[in-house]
Amino acid sequence: MSKPKVAFFDFTSCEGCQLNKLNFENELLGLLDLIEIVEFREAMDDKADHYDIAFVEGSISTPSCVERIHDIRRRSDILVALGSCAVSGGINAMKNLHPTEWVRETVYGDDKYLFPSIPVQPIRAVVKVDYEVRGCPMSTPEYLHIFKSLVLGRKPEIIDYAVCVECKLKENECMLERGMFCLGPVTRAGCDAVCPLNGQYCTGCRGPVSNINEKGAVDMLKRHGLSTREAVKRMKMFCAYEFEKMSETS
Amino acid sequence: MRKNLDIDVHHLTRVEGHGNIVVNMKEGVLEKAQLEIVEPPRYFEAMLKGRNFHEVAIITSRICGICSLGHQMTSLKATEAALGLKISQQTEILRKILVNGSTFQSNVLHALFLAAPDFLNVGSVFPLINTHKDVVLAALRLKRLANEIGEIVSGRAVHPISCVPGGFTKLPTTDELKILQDRLIKEARPDAQFAIDVMGSLTHTIPQFERETEYISVYSDNDYALYDGQICSSDSGCFPVEKYLDITNEFIVPHSSSKHARFNRSSYMVGALARFNNSSKLLHPSAKKVADMLGLKAPSFNPYMITVAQMIEVVHCIEDTVELIEKLLKTGLRDEKPDQEPTRYGRGIATTEVPRGILFHDYTYNKQNMIMAANCIIPTGQNLANIDDDMKKLVPEIIEKPKPDIVKNLEMLVRAYDPCISCSVHMLDVTFNE
Repeated sequence: MSKPKVAFFDFTSCEGCQLNKLNFENELLGLLDLIEIVEFREAMDDKADHYDIAFVEGSISTPSCVERIHDIRRRSDILVALGSCAVSGGINAMKNLHPTEWVRETVYGDDKYLFPSIPVQPIRAVVKVDYEVRGCPMSTPEYLHIFKSLVLGRKPEIIDYAVCVECKLKENECMLERGMFCLGPVTRAGCDAVCPLNGQYCTGCRGPVSNINEKGAVDMLKRHGLSTREAVKRMKMFCAYEFEKMSETS
Repeated sequence: MRKNLDIDVHHLTRVEGHGNIVVNMKEGVLEKAQLEIVEPPRYFEAMLKGRNFHEVAIITSRICGICSLGHQMTSLKATEAALGLKISQQTEILRKILVNGSTFQSNVLHALFLAAPDFLNVGSVFPLINTHKDVVLAALRLKRLANEIGEIVSGRAVHPISCVPGGFTKLPTTDELKILQDRLIKEARPDAQFAIDVMGSLTHTIPQFERETEYISVYSDNDYALYDGQICSSDSGCFPVEKYLDITNEFIVPHSSSKHARFNRSSYMVGALARFNNSSKLLHPSAKKVADMLGLKAPSFNPYMITVAQMIEVVHCIEDTVELIEKLLKTGLRDEKPDQEPTRYGRGIATTEVPRGILFHDYTYNKQNMIMAANCIIPTGQNLANIDDDMKKLVPEIIEKPKPDIVKNLEMLVRAYDPCISCSVHMLDVTFNE
């Protein structure tokens, strides 16, 4: 069996997820044995016409991004979105909370027409996405799981329960009990509760679980004297796009 | 003699972010030699507006994955200055260790993974796994250990977790620090030396090109300043950080979604070579030895030597971290809580050396500790005008070479600056009108 041809692409983002995949140095050479990397602009010169698996980082935020992602989709058998920017628009989508023209003018003034910009969208708003790795930065264990599954031709398992589950397993002291405004109860797990593990509250970077227990979450916030308005503001840090869509449909 | 030349390198590879090299010569006249920045702008100001002080570094960290630690440090210092938050000496030492770790990591990534393929005439590091396996393995070990510095001290190498305004939410253990120190001595030292020996055997392939320019970096009399200090210009001396806008003088050019900068001349350089030129006498003795061995003397006017300066800094960061850990182990780690009780509000400005050069964050907070105005000036943006000026001098000097060689020389030049294009188009520089 020939090795799967794999490519990596980046759109509007900090490229931290790309960097993260170079950050498991111990496994890197082993992984390279299983695949053939045919395109990875950040690390190599080569280009290719067809990809068995394309990993895409970043959001869609300019007209040329839209063209490029369609082109990549056409060449790819499987397309995987990597990290919050690609999966949900991530932190970039906070731009959408303000009028586009205001944002452009305040940064570039009269020269705003030199640099076109459109509202930030996740990859799946433009083309079909087969799998998603959430997180800002993307969770490395989850990426490795999806990577290995795809290379083996298996369907990867995707987690859809709250960060609290993983946090309890780590035996962390509850951040809410410690008086911090933690988004763990409504945020999708898969990160091994890495922020609470390091004494920090959950910022909700992986987006909401698909079946939020809304009443339970609101009751719990009340019990700790925290406002739902502040909760929504905080969730809009990484999930502004998802929240916009949720309020449009509800 | 060649009269016409037309070069368009679309989406230059082995750099962070999207840039094109465009050169046009017609009838012997160089009409255009520039690096176009085509990275989509990100508009961070829209993200920060109205955010609480403890959220700000979480957001600005996302300006760039590679420089996330440097953005956090600068962001935290600016917030602390604006709100009057105090940090302990222990916090300062831990932050210096983190800045060392991040410079170490980024410099290794650039010098050994992105730039090295040029010295060996291949298109990426991947073919080197077969031809130069020992070096690749040493480089991977160095990069892993550099990342572990970040993981042990801040919880995560990309977008650190536990550094917050006023201190740390979690401290490393004494054992973790001891093991880290031991590994820096027993593993990183020999691996770095090995990589440097290999680099030493390749320095003859580095293009000989010189253009004197202005060199700007953070400077301190006490140490090779990375974490903190004054602004230093090789042309006109030191300035307090509050004067940064007088130094950077940003301006918009049509071919770049990132703004350009200039001070005493039409352009200036920031980054490893600027730091080396301004502060080489403050390097750790081991790093000075490496500089001698690799033939780099301050001041050096060859931008291709940035990569060499980066490896010298790797040695400095390893040795300095060993010493900083020793300091912490001597006094013992105190269980401190971060100071998060603001005593004032208003404006705070801070500067840090990130791997690619001097970085500024400038915030204004209101009484409710929320961000009202923000400005970040990024090293890559400051280098862009200098890169264009280099290309304008370089192209006529190499015009007789075959076109593929000219393209390679230009690509290597831009790559030498280790540009971080995502950073440069962060677009965070307005006051909110409210």
